Amino acid sequence: MKIEIAHGRIVDPRNGVDRVASLYVAAGRVAAVGAAPDGWHANRVIDARGLVVAPGLVDVSARLREPGLEYRATLESEMDAACAGGVTSLACPPDTDPPLDEPGLVEMLKHRARSLNQAHVHPVGALTVQLQGATLTEMGELTEAGCVAFSHADVPLVDTELLRRAMQYASTFGYPLWLRPVDPHIGRLGVAHDGEVATRLGLAGIPAAAETIALATILALVRDTGVRVHLCRLSCAESVAMVRAAKQEGLPVTCDVAVHHLHLCDVDIGWFDSDANLVPPLRSTRDRAALRAGVADGTIDVVCSDHAPVDEDAKQVPFAEAEPGATGLELLLPLTLKWAQEDGVPLSAALARITSEPAKLIGSGAGDLAVGRAADVCVFDPQAYWKVERASLRSQGKNTPFLGLEVPGKVRYTLVAGQFVHEP
Amino acid sequence: MRNPQLNANGELTHLLTLEGLPPDVIRGILDAATPFVSIAEREVKKVPLLRGKAVFNLFFENSTRTRTTFEIAAKRLSADVINLNIGASSTSKGETLLDTVDNLVAMDADIFVVRHSQSGAPHLIAAHLNAHGRTHVHVVNAGDGRHAHPTQGLLDLYTIRHYKREFHHLTVAIVGDVLHSRVARSLIHGLTTLGTPEVRVIGPKTLLPTAVQAMGVRVFHDMREGLRGCDVVVMLRLQNERMKGALLPSAGEFFKHYGLTQDKLSLAKPDVIVMHPGPMNRGVEIDSAVADGDRSVILPQVTFGIAVRMAVMSMIAGN
Repeated sequence: MKIEIAHGRIVDPRNGVDRVASLYVAAGRVAAVGAAPDGWHANRVIDARGLVVAPGLVDVSARLREPGLEYRATLESEMDAACAGGVTSLACPPDTDPPLDEPGLVEMLKHRARSLNQAHVHPVGALTVQLQGATLTEMGELTEAGCVAFSHADVPLVDTELLRRAMQYASTFGYPLWLRPVDPHIGRLGVAHDGEVATRLGLAGIPAAAETIALATILALVRDTGVRVHLCRLSCAESVAMVRAAKQEGLPVTCDVAVHHLHLCDVDIGWFDSDANLVPPLRSTRDRAALRAGVADGTIDVVCSDHAPVDEDAKQVPFAEAEPGATGLELLLPLTLKWAQEDGVPLSAALARITSEPAKLIGSGAGDLAVGRAADVCVFDPQAYWKVERASLRSQGKNTPFLGLEVPGKVRYTLVAGQFVHEP
Repeated sequence: MRNPQLNANGELTHLLTLEGLPPDVIRGILDAATPFVSIAEREVKKVPLLRGKAVFNLFFENSTRTRTTFEIAAKRLSADVINLNIGASSTSKGETLLDTVDNLVAMDADIFVVRHSQSGAPHLIAAHLNAHGRTHVHVVNAGDGRHAHPTQGLLDLYTIRHYKREFHHLTVAIVGDVLHSRVARSLIHGLTTLGTPEVRVIGPKTLLPTAVQAMGVRVFHDMREGLRGCDVVVMLRLQNERMKGALLPSAGEFFKHYGLTQDKLSLAKPDVIVMHPGPMNRGVEIDSAVADGDRSVILPQVTFGIAVRMAVMSMIAGN
């Protein structure tokens, strides 16, 4: 199958490409950019005039809810959502039921994902058995089974000695750790940012210190152990400043933010909208501004969807009892574009946060359109606006605080290894 | 965002919180309560305003006092009253809050009086009813978590207006555990909406919400300083489980700093009134001499509470 994606605006951040040209795909790989290879004869030509041709999106946090939580979503529904959102590689956190702490579970997940022949799925292994924070998992076995990193998901690690030992062990073999900084004590009963909105609504608060204390602990231990740590889901202005300083110091850290935190703040909870119950919580406008600036200046390397499909029953309860999280695979591109438009960030720089930068973390050789790469491609119309509605989402989770909002960026075609997995 | 408790004509259809209610709506409720106060003095204490209507007292959290006052209010309006003490058992039986509500709607409920331990539960119910076109069913919040207790706020406003006539010259102090208090939040919204120039909160930092200043109050940690020149002092109940632990070292130390005594009260204006939403902890937040003293209006508050609840229920069922 030879495919010609003709006359689109090719934006390939890693290779510094941003020009109108044609992309040629043959045998599942990028065959040429610009001039057709010798003797080219396409089986299929896509007219991409007015469209952007970008590397397939790479999402470092997408919950597929398998194994164990299939009532929330299934691999089929969420892979479909990924393709519709232009996401061709995704990493899934270990907070499944049971958690991804055994090679068999990881192999099964990878096997199931492969059989669907859609986005590439990269499991993130549990750092401790059952995510209980007591015993390290068999990281070597899990890596062989396909884990790209190890994490404790949203479960706080109480035992800092275990964290230190886990870092030493991981650094011995070069396994990356993906850690969300969260203190096990401060704000543990909280459900919203400890500010004006929580005060008014009478919701228990989570102060910024719940994040910054854990972040300071992680950074101190990174300094000691030299382990590579990716910091997940920053939510506070202070955290951005701390990571900026850590990077200047030369610590081997990277970090990400969930895309909803670039747009929303605690005020968006409105009258107890449980779709705005997220982990970490939506914080103040000042925090949101710092996160946006952090993504723009590169302190924050990656923007992710933090996709968390939740069934309606688990959201149709009082705010504090609601299962946190928002569906996001189909909103990662539109919300990243929206941020870039609002803040005047060039398209290529914005796309780097959701393609080449996360690809570096996963280490899968995805995230760019160099000749010879597997042709994972997202072709989208940057001018097409669409309204986020329950019916417009493929994900089984319809839980998003963006329902009713008009967003830019409609994915027209998604290719994984040269195969169409989404088209009109 | 339209206030979820007003209908398209701006009339009250649910009472969920005093926050965001127009001043005229609040004054309207207070005005409507006045004739109901005198009903209590009649031989026949009933009016037929809610005849044929069903009021469901839906209490997910235990309360005798509030439930009883709502029951009396509904009965004086000639409504049929059904008390449901659901406690924590409904969730253990697996029925969700909204399933419970749907079942009771099917039994032709007209008004739900809802008490719930979670902030926002009455909003959830009201939004559910609105979304399903059941606009003839009304929700009255009888206290949700730390969020709101609007009928208590209204009866506090009624009491203050009864003794002080107007709000625009008053200094009101709210003392004690503001952090966990839905009573305090509702009263603050009510007072600021009606133009009270100075609302103070007094307490230790552990018992004040982080951003309480943003609600339009002045914060005091020294009770003597905070009481100076006050027209109204509202004492809050301190829950037993909070008297000793991370928030406070002991009930005794709390009383020393924030208990209301005659001595401290003498710093307020001579015609100050002392209020308390009840039930009181004598010797913890308030000294008996003050609670039973001539400045106390704690018992009239209870009487006004029935009238205010009659006013609220008759208004929303009429809209």
